[in-house]
Amino acid sequence: MKRWTRTLTMVTSVVTTGAVVAACGAGSSREASGASASEVGITKSSIKIGAHFPLTGVAAPGYSEIPTGMKAYFDYVNANGGVNGRKIEFVVRDDGYNPTNTSQVTNELALKEQIFAMVGGLGTPTHAAVVDFLNSEKVPDLFVSSGALQWGDDVEAKPYTFGWQPDYESEGKIIGQYVAENMPDAKVGLFLQDDDLGRDSEKGVRQFLDKQIVAVQRYTSGNTDVAPQIAGLQAKGADLVLSFNTPSYTALSQLVSMKLNYKPKWFYANIGSDPTLVGSLLSKFSEGKVDGASPLDGVLTTEYISGVDSTDDPWVKLWQKVWDENGGKGDLTNYRVYGMAKAYAFVQALQAAGENPTRESIVKAVENWDPSTAGPELAPFRFSEESHMGISGMRIVQLEGGVSKPLTPVLVTDTGDAPIKEDTSGQGDDAPPANGIPDVKPAG
Amino acid sequence: MASLPLPLAKVGRSTLWQSTLWRHLLLAVAGLVVVVLVLEGTSDFRNAQLAAMAYLGIAAGGLTVLTGLNGQISLGHGAFMAIGAYTTALLYQGTEPVLPVLGVLLAATLVALVVGAAVGVAAARLHGPYLAGATLALAIAVPGIALFFDGVLGGEQGLNVRLPEVPGWFADILFFLTAHDVSSSKYVAYIGWLSLIVTFVLLANLSRSRVGRIWRAVRDDEVAAEIAGINLGRARVLAFLVSAACAGLAGAVMAMAVRLTAPSGFTLTLSLTLLTAVVLGGLGSLLGALIGAALLTFLPQVVTGVGADLGLSDLQSAELTPLVYGLTMVLVILLAPAGIVGSVRGWWRSRAEKAHKPA
Repeated sequence: MKRWTRTLTMVTSVVTTGAVVAACGAGSSREASGASASEVGITKSSIKIGAHFPLTGVAAPGYSEIPTGMKAYFDYVNANGGVNGRKIEFVVRDDGYNPTNTSQVTNELALKEQIFAMVGGLGTPTHAAVVDFLNSEKVPDLFVSSGALQWGDDVEAKPYTFGWQPDYESEGKIIGQYVAENMPDAKVGLFLQDDDLGRDSEKGVRQFLDKQIVAVQRYTSGNTDVAPQIAGLQAKGADLVLSFNTPSYTALSQLVSMKLNYKPKWFYANIGSDPTLVGSLLSKFSEGKVDGASPLDGVLTTEYISGVDSTDDPWVKLWQKVWDENGGKGDLTNYRVYGMAKAYAFVQALQAAGENPTRESIVKAVENWDPSTAGPELAPFRFSEESHMGISGMRIVQLEGGVSKPLTPVLVTDTGDAPIKEDTSGQGDDAPPANGIPDVKPAG
Repeated sequence: MASLPLPLAKVGRSTLWQSTLWRHLLLAVAGLVVVVLVLEGTSDFRNAQLAAMAYLGIAAGGLTVLTGLNGQISLGHGAFMAIGAYTTALLYQGTEPVLPVLGVLLAATLVALVVGAAVGVAAARLHGPYLAGATLALAIAVPGIALFFDGVLGGEQGLNVRLPEVPGWFADILFFLTAHDVSSSKYVAYIGWLSLIVTFVLLANLSRSRVGRIWRAVRDDEVAAEIAGINLGRARVLAFLVSAACAGLAGAVMAMAVRLTAPSGFTLTLSLTLLTAVVLGGLGSLLGALIGAALLTFLPQVVTGVGADLGLSDLQSAELTPLVYGLTMVLVILLAPAGIVGSVRGWWRSRAEKAHKPA
C-alpha cells in the first residue's frame, strides 16, 4: 500500500507540475506581436551602444587600444553635453578574437545589455559569426573594424551593416596601380593572410600587376612560422613584396627575412604597418635583439586617416586634446586615433538620425551621408542605399623613422573596375569644429 | 543498484523508483519540466547562455563516461565536437538545408561515431599519458583539416550555419503551454536541452547496465577484468565510441547556437575546457558534468559583470575571468578533490552511515 502511494505521489506531482506549466499558457492560437523594437537602448538622457574587441589573447596588442580611443572620445562628447542631451554609454566585451566567444558576447550585448547599435565590432572571422544575427535582430551594425568586402557589398542581405575603413580590394587596386606605374620592372611577390584580407586584396592587386607577380605565398593566422613562405618568395626572386597581413605578421616577416638575409623592398598594407606596434612586437619576438621600428624605415604603406606622427594635423591635435582630457593610461597611439575617428563618425551619424533617433532612422541617416561632411577620413565615405562601403580611398606613404611621408595625393576608387582618381573633394584638408564635436543637421 | 548506499535501499522506495529505466525516465520528465520552466522564465540572452551550457554539458557528459567510468583520458574531445559541428555546417546552410534539424543532429552524431571508432581502435592500444598524447594530437590536427580544405570547409573564416526555423507545430505546442512565441535562440536552447536530456538518459542507463559495469571493471583492474572474461579492447573502443558520439552531438548543437563553425572555435582550449568541466563537477558523474558546464558558461560573464560593477576598466574585467577560473579550479581541487558532486556525495554518505551506526 505504501509503495503504491509513493508511486502515485510521484506521478501526480509530475503531472500536476506539467499542468501548472500548461495553465500559465493561453491555450489559444498564436498571433504575431506588433511591438516595435526601435526604442531599444535609447532613452531621453542616454544611448547605449556596444562592440566586441579582442582585449585578451594574440590579437589584443594594438587592437585592444581601439575601444579606449572610442571611449575617450565618447567621454569627451558626454562631458560637453552629449548628443541632443543624450550621454553615450559604450559597452565593450572581450571576445579574444574567437568567433565562438564573439557569438556569446554579442548575444549578451544585443539581448541583455539591449544596445541600440553595435559600433566598431572588430575582426573579419569574428564579426562574420554575428553579422546575420545582428541583421535578423535589426540591430544597426555600424562601422565594422575590418576592410572585408562583405560588410558593404550586399545591402539586401545585410541592410543594417556598414563598413568604415577602405575595403581591401580598393586598397589592393591603389597599391597595384602605384607599383605598375612607378616600379614597372619590379618582380612582385605577394605575402597574404589566407582569409578575406588576402583574397580581397589579391583581387585588387591583380587588376594591375597580374604579369609582374612572380610568387604568391599565404599564411594562416595563428601559425607563427612563416619561414617557408618567406623562403618561397626569396626562391622566386621577388624583389618587391606586397604584404597584406596583421601587425604580428609584419614583425614575423621582418625577423624571418633578416635571418634569411632576404632584402626585398617591402610594401605593407595599412592594417599591418603601424610602426610603433610593429617595433615593439619586433623587439619582443626577437627578445630584444632587434630594436624599435628601424627595420621598417623605407617601407611603403598606405594611410586613410592621419596618424599620431602628423602632429600638425588639426584632427590629430583634437585627438591629442581629447586623449589628454579623457584618456586613460598610456600615450595616444594610431589605434586610439582609429577608435576616435570611428567614434566621431558615429556621433555624426547619431546627429543625422535626428532629435529622436530610432534604429531605422540611423540606418537611413548613414545611407544618406553627405559626402562633403567634414571628418578625419582623408577621402569621403561611399555610403548610399546601394552600397554600405566605407572610406573611398587612401594615399601611399613611405615610413621614415616612424613618420609617414606622402608619396601620392589621396587616391579614390571603388570595388570592381571603378577607375582610380585623385580625390578632389577636399576631404583630406578639412578641420574639426573648434569645440571638437561635429554639428551635422538631421538628414531630411 | 549495488552502488546505492545501503540505508537508502533499506528504507524501501517504490518499485517504480527501483527500476533503473523508470527512475531515469521520471527524472528526465522532471528535467523536461524544469527546462521548459527555466527557458520560458528567462530572457533571450539567458536562453542563448543555456544553449551553450547544454552543448558543453552533452560533451562533458560523454567525456565523464569515458574518463570517469572507463579510465581513459581524452584531451581531444574538441576534435569530435569539430567533426560534429562541421557536419552540421555542411548539411545546414543556405536557404534550403539538406536535412531537417533532427536529421542533422543524428548525422553529426553518426559521423563523429564513425571517426570515434577509428580513433578508438588506435586508442584502445594506448594507456594513460600515451592516450592523452594521441588525443592531444587529434585536437590540434582536426582544425588544420578545415584550413587545408578551405574550398569546402571555409578555411580560417569557417562556415556560416543558418538559424534553424521554428517549426509551426513546435511553436503551437509551446504557445499552448506557455503563451509565449518562440524566438530562434529559444528554439536552439530547446534543441540543446532536449538533446541533453536524451543523451543523459541513454548514458545513465548505459552506465547502470552490464556495459557500464564492464567499463568500471576495466578501469579498476585490467587483469582482474580480463580474468573475468572481459575483452579489454572491445570495452575500451565502445566507451570511446559512445563518448565521441556525444561530442559529435554537442558539436552539432554548438554550431547551431554559435551560428558559425570555424577552426578557432575548436582550439585545444575547448578540449581542456571540457576536461575542466568534468573535473570541477566530479569525475564519472553526469550531474557533475552538468554543474561543471554551468560553471564554465556562467562564470566568465558573471565575473566580467562584477569587475565592471567594481569600476574596473573593460580590459581589467576581461583579464579577471581567467584569474577567477584558475582560482576556482585550485579551490575545488584543494577542498573537494573528488569534484563538487563527488565530494558532496561522499559527505552525504558518511553522514548517513554515522546516523545509522548505533551509538
